[in-house]
Amino acid sequence: MTVSARAERDPLIRITDLSKFFGSVIALQGVTMTVYPGEVMCLLGDNGAGKSTLIKTLSGVHKPSQGEIEIEGRPVTFNSPKDALDAGIATVHQHLAIQPLMSVTRNFFMGREPTRGWGPFRTFDLAFAETTVREEMQKMGIDVRDPSQAVGTMSGGERQCVAIARAVYFGAKVLILDEPTSALGVKQAAVVLRYIAQAKAKGLAVVFITHNVHHAYPVADAFTILKRGRSYGTFRKSELTREQVLEMMAGGQELDALEAEIKEFTRSDGDGGVAPQTSKTVRREQGVKP
Amino acid sequence: MSTTVSDERLRAVSPWRKLLSRPELGAVAGAVLVFIFFAVVAGDSGFLNFRGVVSWLEVSAQLGILAVAAALLMIGGEFDLSMGSMIGAAGMVIAIPVAEYGWPVWAAILLAFAVALLIGYLNGTIVNRTRLPSFIVTLASLFILRGLTIGATRLITGRTQVSGLKDAAEADPLARLFIGDIFGVPVSVYWWVALAVIATWILLKTRPGNWIFGVGGDPEAARNTGVPVNRVRIALFMGTAVAATIFAALQVLDFGSADVTRGVQKEFEAIIAAVIGGCLLTGGYGSAVGAVFGALVFGMVQQGIFFTGVNTDWFQVFLGAMLLIAVVFNNFIRRRATEAK
Ligand SMILES: Nc1ncnc2c1ncn2[C@@H]1O[C@H](COP(=O)(O)OP(=O)(O)O)[C@@H](O)[C@H]1O
Ligand SMILES: [Mg+2]
Repeated sequence: MTVSARAERDPLIRITDLSKFFGSVIALQGVTMTVYPGEVMCLLGDNGAGKSTLIKTLSGVHKPSQGEIEIEGRPVTFNSPKDALDAGIATVHQHLAIQPLMSVTRNFFMGREPTRGWGPFRTFDLAFAETTVREEMQKMGIDVRDPSQAVGTMSGGERQCVAIARAVYFGAKVLILDEPTSALGVKQAAVVLRYIAQAKAKGLAVVFITHNVHHAYPVADAFTILKRGRSYGTFRKSELTREQVLEMMAGGQELDALEAEIKEFTRSDGDGGVAPQTSKTVRREQGVKP
Repeated sequence: MSTTVSDERLRAVSPWRKLLSRPELGAVAGAVLVFIFFAVVAGDSGFLNFRGVVSWLEVSAQLGILAVAAALLMIGGEFDLSMGSMIGAAGMVIAIPVAEYGWPVWAAILLAFAVALLIGYLNGTIVNRTRLPSFIVTLASLFILRGLTIGATRLITGRTQVSGLKDAAEADPLARLFIGDIFGVPVSVYWWVALAVIATWILLKTRPGNWIFGVGGDPEAARNTGVPVNRVRIALFMGTAVAATIFAALQVLDFGSADVTRGVQKEFEAIIAAVIGGCLLTGGYGSAVGAVFGALVFGMVQQGIFFTGVNTDWFQVFLGAMLLIAVVFNNFIRRRATEAK
């Protein structure tokens, strides 16, 4: 990692030698990662690599078994997600923290309700909340038909947008997104990527998990690769080509096997288990290869 | 607020349809039907005259006090089966210090509320720590609390009833809040209305109200968005224990005596009223107003059957049937609320 270029800037997040054990399961082992303000860190790794676990410890859901987290140079211990939120870290979890029976507005502000009035008579300012929700969702290109509508009545993509808009609205310093684009259509995914770019421009640190190289490569500044709970290091974007990133996403050596398999599929114009768009992607990347 | 939205997919929803998706709808409709039924059947045998109305209002009010707290707890995703035992225990905590040790009544009342807060705290903490269903945890409290009440009362007084509080209660400033009536309406009715108003305000207008729905709907999601889930649960269990104590104070101070068996099965009646009122057994959905009407249905049926002259044994059949209808109806409403695309 090219440290010299950014020596004068202090990291916003520094994770040192972080481990997380669930009983006998080692979900993370000695992970070290640094994210600077105004930078997008893309977390790569296969399913079960520990990506979600890493961001859950960052967002106060899990306490680290070992190791340290520093935010703006200060060591922090988050006893709850609320502590992390109070520190300006907002997260879109892979399994969205959304209440299906509750309205869009009540979901959006869950745990962070705006209030008005004084002392014991403080009330939840629903009028302000509804206006804000409409505005924030409008920015994502979604007309909330009725902010008092139950989230359970929305489509999967719309729900995801509620969770993302909420994190963007509340993320003051750090924005963490765990596979935020997986349920989205092309248009909404583009909006999310633009959000990430905006957050970065505002000087936030962004941690972004995705399996889609076309989403990862354009916005990322650096990539950290996790494999079976361990970090394989952090790479600057300048050090990597798109196809190297793709290779890391698929988990290195497995890609060679995959490529061979895909060749088989394309020859028989396959049906098979691998999604056709994956094969197309790989072929296109091969074409670009120097 | 102006409707800036010009979404062509937004179909005009009639106010009628909106009303249909309110949780308390079933209970309000049920209350109207039950009222009409008994007004027709038992209207001239006392159901409609002032004393008749007061009699079913008082039954509804006492249960309603419990039901409102039980509804908040159910919306928060939990049950409190120890409410009935808490009534017996609180009654004795008020009666014994006054009758046996000459405490002023107000001090005994305050002690009872302190004990209730402690019991609620313990119930909530055990549920939080063990992550066992509250159904099991409070089933244990039901027996422990009842057993402690009977055992301690017999140990101290040698009996299972304590009486002779009437004079002391009538002279006591705090006890007056739990005795008699205002404008001919029993104080319990005022308690019922006041608690329902406060509960509704908390649920719909405050931050903790939002948290209660969140904790009941999906505690993990609520925690991840920064809701103090454990504290909300503890507060809700304190609420049911306090409601049980208000119920106990109303009865003990009015009758001037306490009995260790007071409140038996009240926990079920409170849950039934909350369910008739639209609370989902799975949490995250319901209303305090619904519980008010659930209790009203309960009170009108119980007293209405008495006025019709039919043997009151039939009351329980009616009760069970109402519960079943309410649950089926609620499930239907819930499906409408979540799946109406
Ligand atoms: N709460 C938990 N209890 C036990 N094991 C867990 C828990 N959370 C995650 N794990 C395990 O940790 C590993 C990493 O999971 P995760 O972080 O979700 O992976 P990823 O997000 O990279 O797909 C998996 O093997 C998973 O089974
Ligand atoms: Mg994951």
